[in-house]
Amino acid sequence: MAKFGVRAGALVAGVAAYGWAMGPAAAADELSGGDTAWILTATALVLFMTLPGLALFYAGLVRARNVLSVIMHCVAIASVVSLAWLAAGYSLAFDDGGSAQAWIGGLGKAMLSGIGPDTLWGSIPETVFFMFQMTFAIITPALIVGAYPERVRFAAVVAFSLVWLLVVYAPVCHWVWGGGWLAGLGTIDFAGGIVVHTTAGVSSLVFALMLGRRRGFPTELRPPHNPGMVATGACMLWVGWFGFNAGSALGANGSAGMAMLVTHISAATAALVWAGIEWLRYGRPSLVGIVTGLIAGLASITPAAGSVGPVGAILIGVIAGAFCQWLSGVIKFRLKVDDSLDVFAVHGGGGILGSLLVAVLVLPVFGGAGLADGVTMAGQFGVQLLAVGVTALWSAAASWAILAAIRVVVPLRVNEETEIEGLDITAHGERGYELT
Amino acid sequence: MKLIKAIFKPHRLDAVREALADVGVQGMTVSEVKGFGRQKGQTEIYRGAEYQVYFVPKVQLETAVADEIADRVVEAIAAAARTDRIGDGKIFVLDVDRAVRIRTGEEGDDAL
Repeated sequence: MAKFGVRAGALVAGVAAYGWAMGPAAAADELSGGDTAWILTATALVLFMTLPGLALFYAGLVRARNVLSVIMHCVAIASVVSLAWLAAGYSLAFDDGGSAQAWIGGLGKAMLSGIGPDTLWGSIPETVFFMFQMTFAIITPALIVGAYPERVRFAAVVAFSLVWLLVVYAPVCHWVWGGGWLAGLGTIDFAGGIVVHTTAGVSSLVFALMLGRRRGFPTELRPPHNPGMVATGACMLWVGWFGFNAGSALGANGSAGMAMLVTHISAATAALVWAGIEWLRYGRPSLVGIVTGLIAGLASITPAAGSVGPVGAILIGVIAGAFCQWLSGVIKFRLKVDDSLDVFAVHGGGGILGSLLVAVLVLPVFGGAGLADGVTMAGQFGVQLLAVGVTALWSAAASWAILAAIRVVVPLRVNEETEIEGLDITAHGERGYELT
Repeated sequence: MKLIKAIFKPHRLDAVREALADVGVQGMTVSEVKGFGRQKGQTEIYRGAEYQVYFVPKVQLETAVADEIADRVVEAIAAAARTDRIGDGKIFVLDVDRAVRIRTGEEGDDAL
């Protein structure tokens, strides 16, 4: 028991030093019913982000003939990752790594060995902490689904997601949240701007590059088949994100409340900015645009949700709505990379943006919580830049290696005829829409 | 008997139905169709990317009428479906050899 108490204490101290003061309950080594109730709820909200939020958000953006394949990818990833998280992922991220602690956790908690209903993580049962973290581990590889739809082979999706979880997600999660070297440097990443969005965004770019473009990219593509479905999924993501960010306070406290508030304000701001720019540029604000903007705002506030105030949230939202829209054009038209559903531009770009901006917007002059004693803004910015840079490099290199290895066994891509016919009927034997 | 087949903009369907009721048309069949004419489709913008949509959604209305009212029906459709903008559609008139009402076995104009 003492072992878990020490680990949890270190984690909480690490967050508290750079964020809004945590309530005393969070640091106590006894169960808090309030904290536990909130994290149980937040866990459900974060799973809801992937299933069906993200699945619908992505499914509406592809052609009608691939709608089921995208949902299938999300459900399959959620299932595979859950088992891998139990088997080893959680332990690699959050167990004590001994002499390797800076880089990777140990295998002492593989299959939740030694953890029962009474084991605590801070003020909540460790089973609840495990489940909450698992929902993050699920959505991160599921975000990458947006890089490869309409042409990827299903076996490649499953194999990549499984290995990627253990090789990219678990270590980076350990570096930042599991007491690894980035935590030691004082990296601020409240809910996953680095751990979730930078890893998924950069890996998406690599996957899209290695897979190749869809037939007809970028001028002969078909438009999103169901913008209403896109908006339905995006709005579920908005609600679910309350669990993602406010849940990352790991308690029912003031930090959670402020995180929820700034999350919401950033999303609303970025949605308006994205749609406003469309209105000016093309004469019409679109539904797909406004919901893409709100996702950009959510991704960007994620690392900063524990550090900034409402003014900081508005600033992050404004910059996110403009920057992510600009970035999606650069990726598609200048670099001509078919990161099909803009995972890098919206999630990667947003997460990286927020992870860097937090070093400035954490300052009390912007209404933020302030930096830790003895830390300068420049110093914090340097730490953030290093954390983002190393995470991006590791994500890119490891994703490349994983895909190169998979490619030896099974092609990443379906053949041309299958791509034309669509993945729903060819890979899964089902049709999204019956015409009679 | 004539079969009148009209392809026009979906949002004009209610106006066309009312206009046809006014000239005495008692039944019609409507399908949602897609196509293009000289306008060659249209472009749509999503997330800054321009998509060429070749097949634009239209409705296709079919109705069989007696020879005497065929011209009035064509004029009614043309008047009700017109927006004076590109993509207003087309009307075709075809001869009908035979018509049967399935329930009663009536034939010809009686079957319409």
